[in-house]
Amino acid sequence: MVAQVDIGEYKYGFRDEEDYVFKSQRGLSREVVENISKMKNEPDWMREFRLKSYEHFLKRPMPNWGSEAIHEIDFDNIFYYIKPSDVQGKTWDEVPAYIKDTFDKLGIPQAERKFLAGVGAQYESEVIYHSLREDLEKLGVIFLDMDGAVREYPDLVKQYFGTIIPYADNKFAALNSAVWSGGSFVYVPEGVHVEVPLQAYFRINAENMGQFERTLIICAPGSYVHYVEGCTAPTYSTDSLHSAVVEIVVQEGARCRYTTIQNWSKNVYNLVTKRAAAYKDATMEWVDGNLGSKVTMKYPAVWMMEPGARGEVLSVAFAGDGQHQDAGAKMVHAAPHTSSQITSKSISKGTGRSSYRGLVKVHKGADHVRSNVVCDALLLDETSATDTYPYMEIEEEQVSIGHEATVSKVADEQIFYLMSRGLTETEAMSMIVNGFIEPIAKELPLEYAVELNRLIQLEMEGSVG
Amino acid sequence: MFQIENLHASIEDKEILRGVDLTVNAGEIHAIMGPNGSGKSTLANVLAGNPVYEVTEGTARFWGQDILELEPNERAQMGIFLAFQYPTVIPGVSMANFLRMAVGNVRAARAEAEGTDAKLTPREFRRLMREKMALLKMDDSFASRYLNEGFSGGEKKRAEILQMALLEPSLAILDETDSGLDIDALRVVSEGVNALQGPKMATLMITHYQRLLNYIKPDYVHIMIEGRIVKSGGADLAMELEAKGYEKLIGEFAVPA
Repeated sequence: MVAQVDIGEYKYGFRDEEDYVFKSQRGLSREVVENISKMKNEPDWMREFRLKSYEHFLKRPMPNWGSEAIHEIDFDNIFYYIKPSDVQGKTWDEVPAYIKDTFDKLGIPQAERKFLAGVGAQYESEVIYHSLREDLEKLGVIFLDMDGAVREYPDLVKQYFGTIIPYADNKFAALNSAVWSGGSFVYVPEGVHVEVPLQAYFRINAENMGQFERTLIICAPGSYVHYVEGCTAPTYSTDSLHSAVVEIVVQEGARCRYTTIQNWSKNVYNLVTKRAAAYKDATMEWVDGNLGSKVTMKYPAVWMMEPGARGEVLSVAFAGDGQHQDAGAKMVHAAPHTSSQITSKSISKGTGRSSYRGLVKVHKGADHVRSNVVCDALLLDETSATDTYPYMEIEEEQVSIGHEATVSKVADEQIFYLMSRGLTETEAMSMIVNGFIEPIAKELPLEYAVELNRLIQLEMEGSVG
Repeated sequence: MFQIENLHASIEDKEILRGVDLTVNAGEIHAIMGPNGSGKSTLANVLAGNPVYEVTEGTARFWGQDILELEPNERAQMGIFLAFQYPTVIPGVSMANFLRMAVGNVRAARAEAEGTDAKLTPREFRRLMREKMALLKMDDSFASRYLNEGFSGGEKKRAEILQMALLEPSLAILDETDSGLDIDALRVVSEGVNALQGPKMATLMITHYQRLLNYIKPDYVHIMIEGRIVKSGGADLAMELEAKGYEKLIGEFAVPA
């Protein structure tokens, strides 16, 4: 069958002229780390934390699993810190015009007006715009860039920063801990429910940029927040690196949902560490959409620390030509009567490869644990690939653990059926793919579900020939 | 309206259709009957454009245009509809979303061909869908169910007729629509088809059994054996067939190898 299709294009691949206050030299050194800390006027403890992390990064070998392409990362060729502007806007008018234009094109101010409670916008290394609805501010909700939080809430930051993900956790957590800049700090006071999402948006602009934002979210007992992040970058022929660390503390009876729609250009290595600690009767939900990037290695984790804690990961990945999405989840049951659910859906096409990599760990003494893992992979053609690495470490007997995995191909008869109802081949393929991810899309706020479907539509165009 | 001439088609180099000739006019109901493996379902699939079959010879002209080179969606847009014997499951796609797209595409094509404006607002679409669902005695909740997923045999066939009702084809091909239906379901489905049938629409019913013809009265009955139509007649031919059985007919019309 020959279908008439448009060639899908990455819509966010445009770039701005660089007009920066400061751009570090290429490569990483002790001086670069110290200089970042100095420019930020940080307290000693943070400077020391960075330097310790830097030492660990040097010592720590690269992971010998996941994507092989990460061994091609040239750490000496990356810009580790770029400060685009001296000011952080509280209104978009205070943001440099060309940066505001970029975020306009990405639809951020429009979304903010329509359905968001607060917005943080990071451009290169710094958050250049930040807002929070006044009523939430009055309720004591804190939503700041991480650098601002180090200055304004030093005790709170010091209490939690680096406790959920220690700098020595892995090589890329160490790298982030050494050179981190930007990211969000969120504190939701006891009993406060933030009913509409807070959103952070991360934009890389420069070639060979390294973006290392650092996010810390603290949900006090009985509170609720939904935090959403999106990310894009221009398309370059050489690679950029995005390596974030996200730490979340969900205290008794609180619930946190963290949604990511990752749409980096296909020259970005996306190597991110995300982990939450959930306490008594608390719920942590990660909704993780990975569409862009060259390589993603990301396994959002929930450590269930006290009885009644619940962890959930909903993960959807799309691996197109040249992409490897190595994504999954980690559920660590450190207390009895805890439960977790992992639902992973991946779609691969062309030379794309998606891997599910997940861990369910039940500590000794954590009885009456329930955990269920479902991972489904959809292959769109003969050339794409998928693999599954489900790890189980169960040290307790009184547990209920389920695991299901399926791999399916789009059937010719499905395409024919839909085409016989007037759909083009591309429309038919998109409809099947959107149906496949429906269980995850329906968990998203409408605006993001529409965005996810639209992005997949774009990925699908040009995929049929 | 529709003329098939000397149609030959094969699957994996095995010839199934060996020279089918058939003419169907608007307003007519034709039944094609035949034993298993005679090529009835192949004919239905070839006319709808199923790419697993290769057409090796012949033409099928719809309003004068040979459709055999057209994509399945182009045929659908021209007004050809196949009610499948085994409708396929599309997980995660709701009936309503699927139907909205299908109806939108087919209407847009028709509007372009006729130079009219056939756009439906979402509200008009929902109203139309509910109206047709009521005709087929389908519950409203059907609209939000995933396409054919977990449908009973009867629900699948009803869903096919619902699609037909919304797409308003001028040529409807029903492939063994009666198979797997109990009497009640058969009655509902038949009433649906009868309600849709009109002077502008032609129906080609493919069936193994005479039973369906008690509910949908054909103007013409054709008997297909070994990839050819060997005998045509009126509704009484089906009766004769029922009395004699295929065995005897095969003997009469066996094609020399």
